[in-house]
Amino acid sequence: MAETTYLAAATLRETNVPRAVRFSLLVRITHWLNTISFIALVVSGFGILLAHPRFYWGETGGLGTPSIFDLPLPFMLGGPSGWGRYMHFQAAWLCVLTGLLYAISGLLSQHFRRNFWPAKGQLSWSSLRSEFWNHLRFKKPPAEEAYSYNTLQRLSYLIVVFFLFPLMIWTGMAMSPAVTSVFPFFVTSSGGYETARTIHFFAANLLVVFVLVHVAMVCLAGFVQRTRAMITGRVSGGKERPS
Amino acid sequence: MSGNVSRRKWITTGFAAAAGAAGLGVAAKIADHYGLIPPDCGGIWGAGETLTYATQRLLMASGSLAREFNRSEVSKVVPVSGPQPKTDPYQRLLAGGFADWRLTVDGLVARPSLFSLDEIKRMPAKSQITHQACEEGWSFIAEWTGVPLSYVMNLVGVSPKAKFAVFYPFDWSWDSLDLPDAYHAQTFLAYNLNGRDLPADHGAPLRVRVARQLGYKSVKYLHKITFVDSMKKVGDGRGSAAPSYGYSWYAGI
Repeated sequence: MAETTYLAAATLRETNVPRAVRFSLLVRITHWLNTISFIALVVSGFGILLAHPRFYWGETGGLGTPSIFDLPLPFMLGGPSGWGRYMHFQAAWLCVLTGLLYAISGLLSQHFRRNFWPAKGQLSWSSLRSEFWNHLRFKKPPAEEAYSYNTLQRLSYLIVVFFLFPLMIWTGMAMSPAVTSVFPFFVTSSGGYETARTIHFFAANLLVVFVLVHVAMVCLAGFVQRTRAMITGRVSGGKERPS
Repeated sequence: MSGNVSRRKWITTGFAAAAGAAGLGVAAKIADHYGLIPPDCGGIWGAGETLTYATQRLLMASGSLAREFNRSEVSKVVPVSGPQPKTDPYQRLLAGGFADWRLTVDGLVARPSLFSLDEIKRMPAKSQITHQACEEGWSFIAEWTGVPLSYVMNLVGVSPKAKFAVFYPFDWSWDSLDLPDAYHAQTFLAYNLNGRDLPADHGAPLRVRVARQLGYKSVKYLHKITFVDSMKKVGDGRGSAAPSYGYSWYAGI
């Protein structure tokens, strides 16, 4: 079913018919499950961070040893890092299971190849440059963009799905003494436990930046219309889903 | 006709739901039998906690070992977390060089026993240079020397019915380990840190050292170990003091 939906979307994009099932049911469900888990991960991650807002490089680090940077936050012992941990790992399960479902179906249905991989000509300098400037000037995107992804969108989605999320999982695993007893390469390839923690923090920041820009772009393109599309699957309300 | 369809649909849905619930119940029984359900499996975080614990238990079924390091990698600073109890009997025992201290081992064991510190130090000693991370985020590498807990367990004859080892310290932070972790080759009763007697603030005279979990599972200021078949009647039933402070019982993360 997902297959036909993607195919319909792809065909419609190529022929520019402004009536389409924009997002498959699976993409919509995983998008909102991921939204819930991501918010929970950010909130709980911040809670955990408050227990020790200092960062180190290598295997070890703590008070009394040099840090690479200290965040201007209070040390809050006991409290947020407790429920933070419970919440973080529960949300991580939701995020990883949803992410696996999304990634596997996206690969099988060729969603990524069709809709994420930049189309012919999109990677040329002139096209990239004009897109970049239009974004910077917060220019409202042309109407047909509601039916496909622009190049910057495609590139950032590729980076988020295939680099930042895997990096978060990888460095997260590297911080588990149980997991690394079975798979030490998670931590050795990360450059040590504290390095993994630092990378985890930076990658989380990049994901938060991505979400902020993503939401800003949704607002620019029309918050109600775009959000409705991610809920109902259709770009404009009331139109029939093509079979 | 639509009434029939909808009734059939309801009946089918009902059967599916009942089968699903029964299936979950059976799965929970089987999981519990194989020791895959943590004591703090209830509440809003129970699902994530149980998934993590069960998955990691299955992954580590072969008794995987935490990474060990060279002596050159030992950290210069070993931060203190949870300083020594300032009250008696701990202060009295500390002042007496722990000559009157005894480790009680009881519960589901063939030979309940008391051990003095000297007796424990005469048991076959082992050392490990391992990484320890605090749940807060800081960490260090240190060399720990002590007797593997499994040696003491064999000495007292732990019953096959036992499922958890409960550790009682002189401070508030009592805790427990499941038997796979209690028998694990890197789970020590440690009395020596980096070549010296364990300093008071690091848990003197004896502390647990658990290499595959976060630091707070390595109970300090130990005086009693009790073997039980269930954690339901111990404390508030959630496996350790940690859940009542908001922290998970299992800390393999």
